[in-house]
Amino acid sequence: MDSLQQRSSTVQEPPGAARAYRPTPPPAWQPRTDPAPLLPESEPLRVLGTDAVADADPELLRRLYRELVRGRRYNAQATALTKQGRLAVYPSTTGQEACEVAAALALEERDWLFPSYRDTLAAVARGVDPVQALTLLRGDWHTGYDPHEHRVAPLSTPLATQLPHAVGLAHAARLKGDDVVALAMVGDGGTSEGDFHEALNFAAVWQAPVVFLVQNNGFAISVPLAKQTAAPSLAHKAVGYGMPGRLVDGNDAVAVHQVLTEAVARARRGGGPTLVEAVTYRIDAHTNADDATRYRGESEVEIWRAHDPILILERELTERGLLDEDGRRTAAEEAETMAARLRERMNADPVLDPMDLFAHVYAEKTAQLREQAAQLRAELDAESEAG
Amino acid sequence: MTTHATARPATKAAAKPATMAQALQRAMRDAMAEDPTVHVMGEDVGTLGGVFRVTDGLAKEFGEDRCTDTPLAEAGILGTAVGMAMYGLRPVVEMQFDAFAYPAFEQLISHVSRMRNRTRGTMPMPITVRVPYGGGIGGVEHHSDSSEAYYMATPGLHVVTPATVEDAYGLLRAAIASDDPVVFLEPKRLYWSKSDWSPEAPAAVEPIGKAVVRRRGTSATLITYGPSLPVCMEAAEAAQAEGWDLEVVDLRSLVPFDDETVCASVKRTGRAVVVHESAGFGGPGGEIAARVTERCFHHLEAPVLRVAGFDIPYPPPMLERHHLPGVDRVLDAVARLQWEAGS
Ligand SMILES: Cc1ncc(C[n+]2csc(CCOP(=O)(O)OP(=O)(O)O)c2C)c(N)n1
Repeated sequence: MDSLQQRSSTVQEPPGAARAYRPTPPPAWQPRTDPAPLLPESEPLRVLGTDAVADADPELLRRLYRELVRGRRYNAQATALTKQGRLAVYPSTTGQEACEVAAALALEERDWLFPSYRDTLAAVARGVDPVQALTLLRGDWHTGYDPHEHRVAPLSTPLATQLPHAVGLAHAARLKGDDVVALAMVGDGGTSEGDFHEALNFAAVWQAPVVFLVQNNGFAISVPLAKQTAAPSLAHKAVGYGMPGRLVDGNDAVAVHQVLTEAVARARRGGGPTLVEAVTYRIDAHTNADDATRYRGESEVEIWRAHDPILILERELTERGLLDEDGRRTAAEEAETMAARLRERMNADPVLDPMDLFAHVYAEKTAQLREQAAQLRAELDAESEAG
Repeated sequence: MTTHATARPATKAAAKPATMAQALQRAMRDAMAEDPTVHVMGEDVGTLGGVFRVTDGLAKEFGEDRCTDTPLAEAGILGTAVGMAMYGLRPVVEMQFDAFAYPAFEQLISHVSRMRNRTRGTMPMPITVRVPYGGGIGGVEHHSDSSEAYYMATPGLHVVTPATVEDAYGLLRAAIASDDPVVFLEPKRLYWSKSDWSPEAPAAVEPIGKAVVRRRGTSATLITYGPSLPVCMEAAEAAQAEGWDLEVVDLRSLVPFDDETVCASVKRTGRAVVVHESAGFGGPGGEIAARVTERCFHHLEAPVLRVAGFDIPYPPPMLERHHLPGVDRVLDAVARLQWEAGS
């Protein structure tokens, strides 16, 4: 009763009267991390065409050039293979080779790469057999290579879902005391997926040695970046997670290599994850099955053709006397040999064993799978008897 | 639950009653002690010991690196577990409640279940996903779902659900030791069921994929699992008064499915009822009834019947008793097994 009366007397207090009760102020608010050092560059970092190129190792520059030329040829060859029906589909990275190649070259042998379905080239640049890297797209096996051999995870088709895998692997490696870094690649569209958010958040909370590389190639199939995000840049997203964001010209192989190498080194020494946005452009259509004229004009493509990653590196190297006609020819020949070999090997029909359908579902076949395997065996025997 | 067929040394004198939650906890503790690659992770599993206290004490004993409070994100929990498994760890993931595992379905279905297959056996996924499931505890919406049919429909996963304290220990040990992913469904209303199973006694690891006959009988078989096992045991006792001598089969593992034990039982009894609390339409009972019919048709005296939850979203707690298959509904089904052609 007492408390009731007290309450009613408070209610009757005339407005503006001095109040006996003042809430204790909460502790002063502090940001958990100073956001300023996490913010990305105000425009994409470029090295080519600036004095900074002088600092780059000439051997690295030449190597990048050869890898880009080989990568371009690989894209062209794989696209040609779709026309011959040898590949069911190929998502080309023509125009994006600098990101693919830099991704592979920024890693040490013990590190891991987590590619998306588009990043065949990064896998190949890391040493995966070009034919085995294409089995997913050819249709004979989902993953043709042993991921442990070159530490390249399977190409992930569901967007962004491989990003938490990279975080988990990097975290596990650190728990085991190994200084292994995971590099995870994703497209601009993939950054809208929930798994992108969850992966970045886990990585930052765990301070996992991971680098996220977003290849912003302008489109998710047909949807332009403006319809994908309202963020100032994709690199800005990093700040919200408490990790640094870096913005780099994705067609400048030297800049991408530099930014990625720094981010990998930072992760390796325990500095935690980094989100890198490489601004680039997809010159080809989404895949051979896509009609890009429905959603973009040729004039836009032309602008990017002029900013081609091979072209701008070639000019720079030539100007600096690091590349001559001979060097260009050698690189082109190397690429041609690779393409010829790929063509030849892809022209052989893969030999498949249908019984493999049951081989790797579980460590041991269940009774149900044994029954189904026997059924298929009998069907195959009947087929071969019938000739 | 004291009625069980699995043999265990009778150490009654030394035995303290243990709950299913304690048995599960000991399974994880023993696994972690034996194998440094076993890591427990999930929401609130560390300091709090899980909302059901199943992971109680593990963080203290093994450190936060081995029993980790993760950010609140189920896809992230399971997705990072995939990467950890790639690097040779054995993650044991706790999903807080059945319906909160749904954000992780993408990872489970697109990656966990098929990574071995996709990589031709080079990347197994030794992950255990523990999911408290089912109703009967008065939970608010999203705390009582029975999601087993979704998991069962995904090749590459094992789906296991214990119904006894002993099995909770033995099957969880097997799940953690398995080189394949296991969705381990914990019937949450049995968490506090007790047994005089002694946590100190040597404990058996139960093989995954073997059903057990919990009660011998001659007139019909009740095929069930998890939270419906006690219901069926009670129904079997009650049915005696009506002259029905019921056999009760506890599946324990939905994938792989033990056709052998189930069919041997149905061939003995000639009649079968499948009992579970998840929705009947598209539910596990349909699969089980079809399998039994395909294999035992000539032994059947009546169609295989199903007693399941209604085909409704899980009801609010005040109505759940009308939804959950209880003893009477099981007995009604048994009565319907007096099948006459044309009836
Ligand atoms: C979860 C998911 N949703 C939809 C798709 C279908 N899909 C394949 S590629 C693609 C666009 C991806 O765009 P982006 O992430 O920008 O990568 P890019 O193709 O440009 O490399 C879509 C929608 C998918 N693979 N996964």
